[in-house]
This record gives sequence, structure tokens and C-alpha cells, in this order.
Amino acid sequence: MSALQEVVNDTQPVETTPKKYMALGTTASVVVVLLLCLAPLIAKNFVIFQMTMVLIYAIAVLALNILTGGSGQFSLGQSAFYAVGAYSSAILMENFGVNYALTLPISGAICFLCGYLFGLPALRLSGIYLALATFALATAMPQLLKLHYFEHWTGGVQGLVITKPDAPFGLPMSQDMWLYYFVLVVSMVIYVASVNLLKSRSGRAMMAIRDNEIAASAMGVDVARYKTLAFGVSAGITGVAGGLGAIAVQFVAPDSYTIQLAIALFLGMVVGGVGWLPGSIVGAAFIVFVPNIAEEFSKGLSGAVFGVILVLIIFLLPHGSRQIAYTVQNWVHKLGRRG
Amino acid sequence: MTQAQVSSSASPLLAVRDVSVVFGGIVALNGISFNMQKGQILGLIGPNGAGKTTLFNCLSRLYQPSKGDILLEGESILTRPPHRIAEIGIGRTFQNVALFPNMSVVDNVRVGAHCRTNSDIVSDSLRMPWIRSSEKALNKKVDDILGYLELRNVAHTTVSGLPFGTQKRVELARALAAEPKILLLDEPAGGLNHEEVYILGDLVRRIRDDRGITVLLVEHHMGMVMSTADYVVALNFGRKLAEGTPTQVQNDPDVIKAYLGSKDEQ
Repeated sequence: MSALQEVVNDTQPVETTPKKYMALGTTASVVVVLLLCLAPLIAKNFVIFQMTMVLIYAIAVLALNILTGGSGQFSLGQSAFYAVGAYSSAILMENFGVNYALTLPISGAICFLCGYLFGLPALRLSGIYLALATFALATAMPQLLKLHYFEHWTGGVQGLVITKPDAPFGLPMSQDMWLYYFVLVVSMVIYVASVNLLKSRSGRAMMAIRDNEIAASAMGVDVARYKTLAFGVSAGITGVAGGLGAIAVQFVAPDSYTIQLAIALFLGMVVGGVGWLPGSIVGAAFIVFVPNIAEEFSKGLSGAVFGVILVLIIFLLPHGSRQIAYTVQNWVHKLGRRG
Repeated sequence: MTQAQVSSSASPLLAVRDVSVVFGGIVALNGISFNMQKGQILGLIGPNGAGKTTLFNCLSRLYQPSKGDILLEGESILTRPPHRIAEIGIGRTFQNVALFPNMSVVDNVRVGAHCRTNSDIVSDSLRMPWIRSSEKALNKKVDDILGYLELRNVAHTTVSGLPFGTQKRVELARALAAEPKILLLDEPAGGLNHEEVYILGDLVRRIRDDRGITVLLVEHHMGMVMSTADYVVALNFGRKLAEGTPTQVQNDPDVIKAYLGSKDEQ
């Protein structure tokens, strides 16, 4: 035991893949959480809203990261689960008067079930074929939401308008700020649970499947079970993000949840670093802020500028933000050794 | 044939009974029968295409025999799906090493113990007390195995960066973590140099002696089989040619003919 413990506590050089491949160290985590807690105190309301959206997308990117980085399955259909989560929360709040916070676990559960069921037929597909099947799901979803048959619940093409929650207990803060802290707490809970999951027996089983299905099966891992579970968990977390997104934007409409959203989440995962959970927030910040930055360079060619930035990132940082984190970690270690 | 009768007198750990495998019109295995006693190291030999790998894949449940049965401690394994073979005590390694390349050595070995542990995703995400204690016990067990196979110094290295010989030991460690009764080794000497082959042979004997694990060795390398195995079964063209002690099989005229060709063919 002791020998293993020693090695576990040992900090890893950058050359080998660190033990903390899924999470940040204690110091780094404290710094990030403090920054996230303090940032809204100096920001304007609109910036707070944008930061809330970053956190919400970070949850959705994290969900995709569990699926792709964890179990090795691709999905271009995350927008569909996001939409189901958003609509579930919206319908529960507006038609049934359920408290906004209570709608989240329900949306998560509904999406878990959808993801799990979708995962069953998806078992027969892998790689690019699975990506295409999920792509179909993403393209179908806005049309399904517009269906006349569900219009009574979904509001059809018009969508649904949601009232933004006030801060409880008469706390002296704006709605935007309250929502930011609410989302921050939810996202931290989800982050910690996800790190736990990936470091656990179930997470190891998923990663084993990602690396070698036949060998995993020979070790007693039920490949079908863990693949569908990964789909379920990923969809469930995306559903919670969708619910939060609906509350933050105060509006759900079919065309907010097109394939473009799914691709944005995929992009966020790649920029953040596939399989590195803390990168999710970097990826989310990228998909929220970089399009705006691109627009400031040139209104007419914002898409092209965005493309150039993206290509640069892929060339310079093929492993996403994870690469920066490792480099910084390496510097800190070198400085520490010298000092 | 007297050897076969002698070896089947005690109740065997593993019994292969009249197993045949047919792919389309090709008979890959034709009525193979043999027994494995507890604590034995059984070498399965044969030239290319003899059916060794096919038989191996039947034992690890990747292929379904068209005829016959395979019994572990008297119970058929053929009704079980491949992922439920580890739990009854059949462990294996792969021909060209099939580790989880992006995971560390410890994590590879931990996955090996998957069938000996229990959890669900909710308790895992919440890191419930029982999860903590079972992970602690698992870490102890994994550390013991890593120490046994002298892998502690690479415990946290990603597997893909390790030399081939070390990867083979990691694969053995992973198989041992499942606490197998019988260990199936698929051409373990492949890709190793002369010296490494004999070190591996010693290791296999040591594992048998220390842990009482029965070993089925499917191997091309005659030298390793003859120096490691207690009992040898020789196959050719899907049929059993001979079985017996290494010396008996080595001197069997049919086996010599299969490996070297007969005079008329030359």
C-alpha cells in the first residue's frame, strides 16, 4: 500500500501522462474556483450573463468529454439532448409550475433515459458511423420540436418564454448574478461527480473499452452496458445544461438547438482538450467569446477570421488547452526546484 | 493414448470434449479432446494453421464451437458470453499484447480486477464510503501484483510508452488481478529475444508454483514449450497429433513429420 501511495502522491513530469489527467491539482482548483466566485463582483450584468452561458456550455462540453474522452464514442447529436433538457425544464416550469431548481434533476433523468435508449442501437456503430447517426438525431430534433402534435406543450415554432428566477431569501443581488452563482454551484457538483466517475471502476471500464474492446471484454467488462451507460450519463448531464440554458436565456425555441450547437460543443471539446475535463470550461469560453472577437476584427468576414483562429489553435495546440496547462505545470515545477 | 487415459483419471480442471469448429466449408478444428489437471502447465503446439488460435478463441469464447463442449470444473462454459468468462476464473493474455495503451500500468491492472469488484455509476460518482474502501483494497492488491512482477517503478507510466517485454509483464499482471484459476497465454514468446523467452518461461512456472494457477500455453517457440510445460498437446490441420510429456511429444514420429516434413515429401 505505502509504496503505491507514495507513487500516487508523487507529482508527474510532463513527459509521461500525469495521473491527474482528468482533474486539476488542489492548488489549481482553488485558484480557478476563487476566480469564478469573484469574477462577477467586478463585471457588468451582460458580462455576467455571458459567463453564465460559459459555465452552462462547459457542462455540456464536459458531458461530451465523458462520452468521447471517456468511452471513446463520438457524438454530433449533443444538441438534441440539450434541446430535450431545455424543453423539459421549460414545460415543467411554465405548464406545471415546478420550481426551476427542481426541474433540473427531472430534465437530467429524462435525458439520461433518452441517451441510454439511443445508445442501444448505437452499439452497432462506431467511429464516423456513430458520428453520422448522432448527426441525424441533431438534424431531426428541431423539426420534431415543431411538430403540430406536440404544439400544446412546446409552443410549436413560437417556443416558450420562461420567467427568470429572483435571488431567494431576499439576497441583495441581481437576477443575473444569482443565476450565475446558482449555475456555478451546479457545474461544480457535476464536475466533481464526473471526475469521481472517470476515476472509478466504472470510468476505468469505459476507458478500457475506448482503448480495446476485446481486451476489456476478456477482463469481464460488459461492453454494451458501459457504452450505453456512457451515452446515458452524457445525455443526462447535457440535459441539465439544457435546462440551465433555458432558464438563463428565458426562452426556448426549436431553432436554438440546431446542428450548429452540436458542432460548437464538439469544437469546445477539441479546444479544451479531449479527455481532459477541466478543459471543458476553456472550450466553452472559446465557443462563447471567440465568435465575438472574430466579429470585432471584421464584421463581414467574421466566419473566416473564426476559421483562421481555429486552424491556428489546431496547429499550435493539437491537444487543446491541456497542452498549456501541462507546460505551465512544468514551469512551476522547474521554478520550485530552483527556489 | 495411454497418457490421455492417465491424465483423465483424476477429475480435470478443464476438459475439452470433442470440439469441432467449421468456418464455411473449412474444418478448422476436428474433434479435439484433452484434459487439463489443476496446477498443470499445458503446452499447445502445432505448425501454422494447425488450429491453436482457433481452439484458444473457443476457450476465451470468441468463437462458438460447432460441436463438442468445454467444461471448467465440470460446468460448460459455452453458455456464457465472453465478458462472463473472467468471473469463473478464466484469464488470458493476447498474441501481440492487447493492453489499454492510453491508461497507466496501475489502471490497466485495476481493470483486470473488474470482475472481482462491484460498483454502480451513482455510487462511483458520489464516491460512497463502500467505494472508497473497495478502492483501497484494490490498490493494495494491485500493488502486491506490481511488486510480484517488478512493475512498481513503472506503475504510473502510460502503457504505450513501455518496451514490449515490459508490456507483456503488464499483461500478465492484469490477468493475475482477475484471480484466474486457469490462465490462457496466447503465444507469449512472440516478439521476444532468446534470453527474454527463457525469463518468461521461468516467470510462468513461478506463477504456477506460487499461486497455484493452471496455465495453458499456446506457443510456436518449441524451446519454450519444451522447457516450461509439464504436458504437451500437438495439433496439426485441426486434429490432435499427439499428447504426453514434452519428451514423448518431441519424439513422436507424427509430430516430427508435421514440423520437418516426411522423407517422401522432401
